[in-house]
This record gives sequence, structure tokens and C-alpha cells, in this order.
Amino acid sequence: MSAPSDTTDTKEIPEATVLFAGDSGDGMQITGSQFTLASAYAQNDLATLPDYPAEIRAPAGTTFGVSAFQLHFGAEEVRTPGEKVDLLVAMNAAALKVHLHRVRPGGTIIVNTNAFEEQDLTKADLDYNPLTDGTLDDYRVQEVPLTDITRKALSDTDLSLQKVDRSKNMFALGLALWMYSRPVEPAQEWIREKFGDKPAIRDANLKVLEKGFHYGETVDAIGTRYEVNAAAMTPGTYRAVRGAEALALGLVAASVKSDLRLFYGSYPITPASDILHELSEHKNFGVITFQAEDEIAAATSALGASFGGDLGVCATSGPGVALKTETIGLGVMTELPLVIIDMQRGGPSTGLPTKPEQGDLLQAVYGRNGEAPLPVLAATSPGDCFHTAYEACRIATKYRTPVILLADGYLGNGSEAWRIPDTDALPAFNVEFETEATERTMHKDQDGNDQFLPYVRDPETLARAWARPGTPDLEHRLGGLEKEHQTGDVSYDAENHQKMVEVRAQKVQNVTQDIPPTQVSGPADGDLLVVGWGSTKGAIEEATERAREQNLRVGSVVLRHVWPLPADLGDVLGRFDHVLVPELNNGQLIRVLRDQYPRCGFAPLHKIQGRPFRAEEILEEATALLSEPTPA
Amino acid sequence: MSTDPPDTSPNGQMPDGTKKPDRPPGLADGSDASAPNASDEEATPSTKKPDLPPGLGGESEESEAPGTKKPAGPPGAKKPAGPPSPGGDDADDNGPTLPPGYGGDGAGEALSREDFQSDQEVRWCPGCGDYAILSTVQRLLPDLGVDKENVVFISGIGCAGRFPYYMDTYGMHSIHGRAPAVATGLKMSNPELDVWVVTGDGDALSIGGNHLIHVFRRNLDTQILLFNNEIYGLTKGQYSPTSNEGTVSKSTPYGSVDRPFNPVSVALGADASFVARTMDRDPQHMKAMMRAAHEHDGTGFLEIYQNCNIFNDGAFFEFTERETKDERALFLEHGEPMTFANGTRGIRLDTLQPEVVDLEHGDWSADDCLVHDETAPELATILGRMSWQDDDGDPIPRLDETGTQLPRPFGVIHRTERPTYAERVHQQIDAVTAEQGEGDLDALLRSGETWTIE
Repeated sequence: MSAPSDTTDTKEIPEATVLFAGDSGDGMQITGSQFTLASAYAQNDLATLPDYPAEIRAPAGTTFGVSAFQLHFGAEEVRTPGEKVDLLVAMNAAALKVHLHRVRPGGTIIVNTNAFEEQDLTKADLDYNPLTDGTLDDYRVQEVPLTDITRKALSDTDLSLQKVDRSKNMFALGLALWMYSRPVEPAQEWIREKFGDKPAIRDANLKVLEKGFHYGETVDAIGTRYEVNAAAMTPGTYRAVRGAEALALGLVAASVKSDLRLFYGSYPITPASDILHELSEHKNFGVITFQAEDEIAAATSALGASFGGDLGVCATSGPGVALKTETIGLGVMTELPLVIIDMQRGGPSTGLPTKPEQGDLLQAVYGRNGEAPLPVLAATSPGDCFHTAYEACRIATKYRTPVILLADGYLGNGSEAWRIPDTDALPAFNVEFETEATERTMHKDQDGNDQFLPYVRDPETLARAWARPGTPDLEHRLGGLEKEHQTGDVSYDAENHQKMVEVRAQKVQNVTQDIPPTQVSGPADGDLLVVGWGSTKGAIEEATERAREQNLRVGSVVLRHVWPLPADLGDVLGRFDHVLVPELNNGQLIRVLRDQYPRCGFAPLHKIQGRPFRAEEILEEATALLSEPTPA
Repeated sequence: MSTDPPDTSPNGQMPDGTKKPDRPPGLADGSDASAPNASDEEATPSTKKPDLPPGLGGESEESEAPGTKKPAGPPGAKKPAGPPSPGGDDADDNGPTLPPGYGGDGAGEALSREDFQSDQEVRWCPGCGDYAILSTVQRLLPDLGVDKENVVFISGIGCAGRFPYYMDTYGMHSIHGRAPAVATGLKMSNPELDVWVVTGDGDALSIGGNHLIHVFRRNLDTQILLFNNEIYGLTKGQYSPTSNEGTVSKSTPYGSVDRPFNPVSVALGADASFVARTMDRDPQHMKAMMRAAHEHDGTGFLEIYQNCNIFNDGAFFEFTERETKDERALFLEHGEPMTFANGTRGIRLDTLQPEVVDLEHGDWSADDCLVHDETAPELATILGRMSWQDDDGDPIPRLDETGTQLPRPFGVIHRTERPTYAERVHQQIDAVTAEQGEGDLDALLRSGETWTIE
């Protein structure tokens, strides 16, 4: 059925961005996911980003009820969910109004003309009809009476009108698949499986999908069909993975590979809750998911579980990190492993709960009372969430320390084509507990009895001895009061305090032993290095690649290890004349860098709009920086 | 109300370490005390004003001079230990009895009190009720038959928070109010552990109130010892959420205007499955209650009236001291009629209202009295409120000459069986695993739609 029509040209393009937008009830997420699946089958590289309304059940037809799904796919490397939209499918007037500005001039818009009646315009708060007033003059518009066509196609069924109308998204999907020469079979298979026990609905969806696909062939108006060839991707088995999912999978992998049970304490918060949802499905891995009474209990229970010998993990967003701070400090003092995932969002306070922002780096690195350093990692893409979660767990247990993992909703909700890792090739993850009294870990206490020394350290890492309650002869007490060197007894001794503060700091610094050499994308030295961290990786690499295409000597480094910084970072910085630090905040990594490398100059680029960077924004800044006269 | 604290050393022992005068026969059998107890000893005037005594270093706002690592405690304060006392306080307990004179380490499998004492110097104020509680726990544990390595004490912040440091078991002195949450994670991670939570009235009911009610709701299998002294001790004398209205304290020089919590009613309101009350001045009753809390499958909540002799001395003397205890304390026994004052008075219900009846001069007898039923939640609610302020906000109704005021109940107020939390969590994991098979990491990573690039 995918035989191309004679009257249509097929044009090969390197990449494209498609945005499906409609009312919350229009099934746009399903439509987008199915288009994604088809693109995966076409072996394109891809990245996606859903955009849900903040309201749970917004009134139908309103702008704040618009739900959207964006997909960027290509025959070349795809680093972001796309900046300018090539095809917008607008299921109603509100969706067109909200997303029109995203479409590039000359881009294609498919509109459901049946959803532009007077009352639709009113609900969308439009006092004009964009279909007729020239608003769309700069775009290629395909007017399709989607609702009517769907009803007509299903006129011979017994389905209610409501159910008939609900299948109109399949028409849009079929048409979009046709336009980009995608296979229709994956969607057909999905429908057969999904509605296997509802044959009437199954058949209706299949029929409407097919109608949509054929519509393009039979309607001459759609002149050009596009083809995006398979990308040259590393061989392997792939799947689409969302960041939140990948974080959960990374935690499960850490649990399996370390043979530690995963204890996940969590209090629901946007955008971290999806990790809880995902992990709660995996109880057959022995995972304990605990929906705690509050953010504090989520962290504190996880620390309690770590005390018991589990892999204690919790995830939250900025406001939740604030509440967990005292517990994290207790983790620093008791030197127990604890992983805290911070799905950053716009702040301060409740801020912009559904919008990404890199606002919590300073909170993660410095935000505790007392001298309380801990390792901070940042995931750089949805798929990288898996590896960063795994690494955070490995470091937390190896060094017996809380670790903060920074991610955000852009990573959490976004997905990409992810090469499924070979689990045998994951870094070794062996955790050794103290299981019996040894000469190294025992001494005679003040009463002359044998007493375990919980703060005896591994000379290489400085990690302390970890004995689980239930282990005979190793009874000991931990707590938040300053610990005496080795014995772990409460100590107010001045010298001891200084020593312990320094030892804890050195222990965290030792994590640099586990940080691989810094990878520079582009030239190893040059005029400009763009340094970022976390979810801005795609935009940074896109921008620097474009800069190199303009013959600029620009490289980029995107840090996974925010604290401690890689030991070789200073050398890398020194090989470039300028360093640009783009961040989705008011300048946080740059403060850390200025503190650590005071002789290096850093230029900031701040964007604080609850939106990710566009590559061109970074490129513009890079170009401007390089056109400035070089400082004497 | 007694005004001066008795000059007893910790645990009611005389400063020379000799054993305090014996308590009367145990209250657990329903008989009452009339013999003198430690607090009836000749009292010497002592510090009533809230000066910080030596040794009260702390983690809150108080500072400590350098070098004061080990402030001198009073003689005998290092450990609340006297000589092992077979047949002493332990005589009425039903647990395994130790051979006379037993007490050393390494003398076989059985554990002794000393096995549960850490080498850390006990640093509560001399005369603090905490000493008696610590001593009672250390005496009880060898009787419980649990492996020492499985015992864990988790505390929050406050004077009570130091408790784990003095126990030679696993322990964690956590952060303010969060001990129940730490315990929840720990117990889920290893349900075999015998987890005890030690907390105070500020720790449990103010900063940690949320965790407390949720641990009750979930019925985590743990014991919660709430040291209620109706004052903030470690921060030097502010009123607490259990302080009576009108309490004059450092932070309420004109009297507090807050209505206090009644911990027993809070626990009952949060559906706690075991709720009991005892007092630091009655080690035998305290020990019996701790044992009962421990035997209970689920959250064993024990409110312990604990005297803070520095900042709130005598807060509970009307219940704990000889001259008033008989009249004001009602010791509950499951299945027994509620009588007090050496059996001369009893409690009966007039519709839903408890009232005191005279069993000596009149028509009432013990047969007319309310019979305690630990399993009846409605009765528990009534008993919980039998220690409440009257409607005018006055503190606990005082016994007047007519003797009609209600006594305050001690003992197991409520006990009900229901599944425990960690058990249910693991049962669910086991059930899901049985149904789906043990997780396969590679299969999990490959779940959903996959495609292969050659």
C-alpha cells in the first residue's frame, strides 16, 4: 500500500521536524509516538519532545488545553527535538494559534478545517479566522476536513459519533506517514495489538489510518512527498527511550550489577514522578518503591535503607531538594551512599514546574550547611540518563557518599533513539561490605571491649568501612554529630573536626579517579571552547558543528561531572583562547569554573525563559565572541 | 505538686551506686504501689532554675568550650549500671530468667545488660529521667531473645536523641523529627532487624509530627519510645507541643497560648495499632510496657512520662510520686475492671462519659466498673481523652476533696492486630516476582519496540 503516486514528486531531505498539536483529547501523544516508531523503522536518528498542558483536564478547544508532540528525525545525527518545524499538524484552532510561530517560513501546515467554526475560534480566543485572513500566507497549507472525512469513512459502523471522532488522529497520522514516506505497518501492528479485544474500534482505526495514507496519493494538492534516508548509526539494537525511563533503567541496572537491592523513596513532584511510575513496575527486580509522606521522608527513608545495605535513591525537583537538604547533610556526615536525582525546573520556589531550567547547580554543589561537598553529575541526553544514573550509583557506593544527579524535564520527557547497551560491558560495580571483625577494622574501646571502627578508610578512595546492621560483632552507631576519626564516636575535638572536614572533602575530590579524560568535540585546541553541562549538549554540539562548517576553530565540552570537575579540564581550557559557557540560568557553572580556574576568562551566555537553547543562539554568541578584538 | 526534685543519681540510684529502695510489687499484676520509691527519698534543695548543668553539651545552638570533651558527670553517671540485679527490678518479668549473679561478657550465649552498654559516657543531666529509661532498655534486651546484631536504635534530635550512642547495638542518631522515616527505610531494607525509635515530645510531635502519624498508618513493625517531658530540654527550656496551656517558659514568659497535643490521642487518631503509656519512675511498669510494645507485631508506641529535672521538674509527679500516685494514676489491665486508689475507687461509664465511683462507701463494686479491653478502639478513645484539659483550658483536672476527678490511665491503652508494613511490601514484591519471574536486565532494556542497525 505504500506505492507512490505518479503525480507526486518525492524529494530527499536530510532531516525534518514534525509537530502534532491538538486538543488534550485528540490523541496527539499517541500520534506522535506512532510516527516516532515508524521513523525508527525507517532507521532515522531521532529525538522527541512531548508538550503536555499543565492543566489536567483543560476545557476542550482552549489554548491551554493544547497537547503537542514534536519529533526531529534525520539521515544524519539528530541532537535535539528540533528547533524549526517543517510540518505542523493542527487539529483545531487553538493548536494552530499556540504553535504557528514554531513553523519555519515555507513550512507545511495541515489543518483540520472542521475545527475552525465560530465556536472553535471563540474557544481559542481568536477574533479572526487564520484560515482566511492571510495569517498563513507564508506557509504551505493543506486544508483537510478531517472530522468530516473520518465520519464518512466510518459511516457504516455502529460506533458512537464520539468514538468515530476519536479516531481522526489516525487519519492525521496516516497522512503524515505518507508525506514523509514512512512505513505504515508499525502503526497497523500497534492498533491490532492495542484494540485486540475491541474489534470494532480496531477496525475503525485501521480504516481511518489507511484513508489518511491514501488521501495524500489521491489528492493532487499535496505536491511533494519527502524521503529521509536511513542514518549512518552505530550498529546495534535500538529503542526510543525517554529520559525518565532511562534514569529508572539505569538505577535497575546499577542494582542488578551491584547486587544491591534498589530502594527508591519518592514524593510525587513534576517532572520527577515518571521515574517513580517506571520503577514501581519493576518489582520483580526486587525494587522497593516507597511513596513517602513528604520529600524529607523520601530522602530519609532512602538513607535508612542505605544504612541497611540497600542502594538508597530518591528523585525530586528543586523544591524537593531544598527539603531533602538536611538529610543529604546527614548522608555526608554518616558517609552512606545516597543518590538524589534532581529533575530541575524553573525556579525559585514553585517557579515553572513544567519548564526546564539549569537552576540548581549551585544548590547541588554548595547548597548545604557546613562543609558538605558531594559529587554532582549531570545527564546530557535522554539516553545518557541511563549511564549517568548508573555512574551516580557506582560513585555513591564506591565512595560512600550522597551523589546528586542533575537532569530536567526536557531530558525526562524527551526521547531519542537509544542504542541498548550490552550489560556485560557496563563498568564493574562491586560493593564490598564488612562482614566480620578484622584487624584493620577493630580496636579496643574505652571499656576494653572489641569495637568496630566504622570510619576506617580505604587508602585509595578514602571510603569508610560499611557494615550492615545484622552483621555480628560490628555493631556501631552513626549520626549527625561530628565523628571521631576512625572510631566514629561523637567528637567535639577541634583538631578532629578540621581533619574530618578535610578528609571528607578529599574523599569527594578522589572521585576524579573515576572520571574519564575530557572529550572535546571538534579540534583539540582552537579559538573558542564552548563549555556546558547537562541537557544543553545537543544545542551546543549542533552550534559548534555549524561554527566549524563556517571554518571557525571551535570545540565543545559538555560536562557530565560537574563536581568534582575532571582533573584534566584546566589543561583543556588552556588550549583555547576563549571559553563560552552557555547555561539555562543566570550563570552557575561559570561561577564554579571561575573559582576553580581563576586565570582563565569565561564568557557567559544566559537564557532563563523555561525553554531550551536553540543552536543558533549559541552560534550567534560564539561568532560574536570571535569577532571581538582579541584582548591584549 | 512536689517542688523540689529528689536528690537521686541517675536511675534512681544513690550516688554511691547502691541500689535504690525497692519498688513495690509490680504494677503489671494490677496491684498498686504504696511503698516509697526513689523520689520519696529526702530531697535536698536543688537547681530549679533552668541553668545549664555541666555536661549538657549539644548540637543545637549551645556552644561548647574547646577541650570539654568529657565534662564531669556526677559520680556514677558514666553508666547507668549498678551491679546486675537478679531478682531486683526484673523479678516480675516473664521473660527468660538469668542465673543469679550472671552478668559478665563471654559467659555463654546469653546476653547481659552490659552487652548492651556502649563505652560512651552518658551525658544527660544528673537526675534526668532518661537514665532510668536507658537502664530499663538495657535490662530488657537480654530477655527478649533477639540477636544483638539485629537490634537497631534510631533517634532524632533532642536529649532523647543521644540514646543510640549509649547502646552497644547498631544505631543512628539522625536528624530532627525524622527517625520514623529512617526506621521505615531501614526496616524495609531488612525486615529481620529489630528496630527501635527513640524520640521526644518536640522531635515526634512538632518537627516530626508528619512522620509519626504516617508510621502509625503504615504499621511499620518497630517500637517507638516517646520520652515526653513536656518541654524542650536541649534548646534549654522552651515550651513543647505537649506543654500545658499557660506554660511559662523561656519562649513564653507570659504563658503559652497553644493547646497541647495528647500523644496517646494523636496515636489513636492516626490508627496506631499499639498505644501504651508508662512513666520513668516506675521501671517495672516501664519494662513491662516495653516488652509488650516489642511483642506487638506492628508499631508499638509507648509514651513515657519522663521528668526533666532541669527545665520542667515535677511535671508528672502527681502521677509518679507516692502521695498522689494512687489517686491519679489508673493502671490498666486487659480484662480487669478499672480500679485505682488501692481498689477503693473505680471507673464506670455513664453513657459515653467515664466517671469515678466510690467502691468503699456506697452501692458500687468492682463488678460495676468498666472492664478494660485493649482491642476496643472506642474504649481506647475514651481512655485517651481521660487525660485531657477541661473546656476552660485549665490543665488536667485536679483531684478535689470529693474525689470525683478522673485519674490518668497507664498501661496498654489499645492493641490491635493488622499486617505490618515491611511484611506487606515484601509480600507484594514476592507475589509480582512469582507471577512475572525474576527480572532479566537485558530483557528489560529491550522491552518495547526495538530495531536493529546492522
